[in-house]
Amino acid sequence: MNDETNYYHEKLKEIERRYSKEENERLKKWRETTLKSWEKLTNPVYRDYENSSGIKIRDLYTETDLPQNMEDITGLPGEYPFTRGVYPNMYRGKLWTMRMFSGFGSPEDTNKRLKYLISHGETGLSVAFDMPTLYAYDCDNPKSEGEIGKCGVNVTTLKDMETIFDGIDLSKVTTSMTINAPAHVLTAMYFAIAQKQGLDLNNVGGTVQADILKEYIAQKEWIYPPEAHLRIIRDMMTYCTENAKKWNYISISGYHIREAGASAVQELAFTLADGFYYVEMGKKAGLDVDKFAPRLSFFFNSSINFFEEIAKMRAARRIWATVLKEKFGAKNPRTMMLRFHTQTSGYSLTWQQPLNNIIRTTVEAMAAILGGTQSLHTNSYDEAMALPTEDAVKVALRTQQILAEETGIADTVDPLGGSYYIEWLTGKMEEEAMRYFDKIESMGGILEAVKNGYIQREIAATSYKRQKRLEDGKEIMVGVNKYVDEDEKPLNILRIGKEAEKRQLERLREVKSKRDEKLVKKTLDDLKNAFLDENKNIMPYVIEAVKSYATIEEISNVGREIYGGWKEPVIV
Amino acid sequence: MVDGKNRSLFKDKPIKILLAKPGIDGHDRGVFVLAKAFRDAGMEVLYAGLLPTPEEVVDTAVNEDVDVVALSLLNGAHMTVFKKVADLMKQRGIDDIALVGGGTIPDEDKPSLEAMGISGNYGPGTPLSVIIEHVTRRAEEARLKKLR
Repeated sequence: MNDETNYYHEKLKEIERRYSKEENERLKKWRETTLKSWEKLTNPVYRDYENSSGIKIRDLYTETDLPQNMEDITGLPGEYPFTRGVYPNMYRGKLWTMRMFSGFGSPEDTNKRLKYLISHGETGLSVAFDMPTLYAYDCDNPKSEGEIGKCGVNVTTLKDMETIFDGIDLSKVTTSMTINAPAHVLTAMYFAIAQKQGLDLNNVGGTVQADILKEYIAQKEWIYPPEAHLRIIRDMMTYCTENAKKWNYISISGYHIREAGASAVQELAFTLADGFYYVEMGKKAGLDVDKFAPRLSFFFNSSINFFEEIAKMRAARRIWATVLKEKFGAKNPRTMMLRFHTQTSGYSLTWQQPLNNIIRTTVEAMAAILGGTQSLHTNSYDEAMALPTEDAVKVALRTQQILAEETGIADTVDPLGGSYYIEWLTGKMEEEAMRYFDKIESMGGILEAVKNGYIQREIAATSYKRQKRLEDGKEIMVGVNKYVDEDEKPLNILRIGKEAEKRQLERLREVKSKRDEKLVKKTLDDLKNAFLDENKNIMPYVIEAVKSYATIEEISNVGREIYGGWKEPVIV
Repeated sequence: MVDGKNRSLFKDKPIKILLAKPGIDGHDRGVFVLAKAFRDAGMEVLYAGLLPTPEEVVDTAVNEDVDVVALSLLNGAHMTVFKKVADLMKQRGIDDIALVGGGTIPDEDKPSLEAMGISGNYGPGTPLSVIIEHVTRRAEEARLKKLR
């Protein structure tokens, strides 16, 4: 920051000025006359009318709550600042992508599940990996024992990825991979398979999460200290901008921040702050913002407070467009568009009375659609306890199809645009997020705020507050702290047996017995040299290493030896 | 939180509890909520940080002379990883530190965990008061053994 003025501070003042603080005469009169006699009637179901962000909700919103210059502030769909949607015709032009996150057990199991979903009308793939893969440990590392295939599919070498995508034409699907710390390794594997299928990488579409800042904030899956991972992201950014133009090398994620306990405003603010950091990084690497930033995409949570979620998503688009244009000098409207994937909230689900989760997911999916999402994952009703069964996944997918094709929810663009409440709340979310940006900037930026634990402590505080509110009955979870059933019947959940582990260990042994050890050593040495030269891009070397069937841990150990690990600051 | 007859047990030295997520699992929302709740209930709370090995957890528990070790996993590996901690404690003959567990633990796994000496095994949505009460009860047992 230093000599620059704090952009966010000035912007906050500007937003505050947009909204009048006073109710008009007509409304005051309504309160004194019409409302008066009704005020003794209060809803016996306790509510303190506060949303997850601690924003107090008033009884009524009217035109006095709209921003001044409402038309400019909101804009039309497909136009700056994109409050009403990134595309002019939204779902009338193209429905959101129904992208069901899946992956468990062995690569064979996951290959079968992906093909099942494709045959039931899914339009995009999304792969979940298990814990050893996410932390870049091989399946035969003692740490991996008991973890193989539990939270997703295990990938130790390219061979596993080849099995996952066996029989799937990568030119016909786009694939999202939820992988962060070793995202460069999985990207390299996907590219290697695409090349084997004879595809030009510029025609390969997909996304890796790769958002390492939110790992330190929330999901806690890192390998190295932040600076090392950020260098890898820089390399993916520059490599993909040149060589894989349809590859979203990062998906800036609020989902996990929210699941870790953040409020909607915190999710919004911390996610976009991460996004701004990546934009600055790209610019520092000498890239033109209008060349690389259009590939940045986002991933939000849709939780149970319906209107708050919709307002959050609308605010996200407006903030991103405004800041990219005003602070980062974007000229191309595409650069200013915030495109995002949404997943309904896992935290909002309960293992008690699990069928109720279908309703929660439906409401959350509706919020995502009304918020203008580009793709959507709906959770399955049994996911509070384990990975979903096939039957439960089908209900979740059908939920989206019913919303899309039966309800008319997607018939018109931004149906809630212009609603006094929604427009007010959108502005309020924007204002509160800006307050966080201002504060984070004054602390020296998001990286500093993460390294010193400020962001993590903010989230832990919100999460504890929410738990206390549940305990005090200020918030209700049906089946948990109200309408509790005494005789819960156990749910038939998906169990991941030991077979996946066994199969993975066997496959690894086979791969290692067949691969050219000299070649493996050479590719790893080359990768090490690339790491040591700050001006080199590691991506071509990672691709060569995966092609030699070096394992995910061997590849990651190159960095581990150079950079070491990371210990997080004290949070509680 | 401590009932009348054992209040004196913790008067000079409050319950000391080590929270740990052994295994490869970054889901720390619950463990942070509990850390705050235990502290608000007057306990001395330690957190083992992320990705400690079972050996590290047991070493810390012994070196810090805690009353209770609370294990949390939400990655489905509890049957392997909780067991490693319980086995280590048994091998080293530690019987004055109570083991409790929590996370996404299916009902059908609970009897086996109990048999390993890991009690509680509460899932998401469990009231904090229930967990605090349970931990307190287990801490009493452990403390009485320490005073033997």
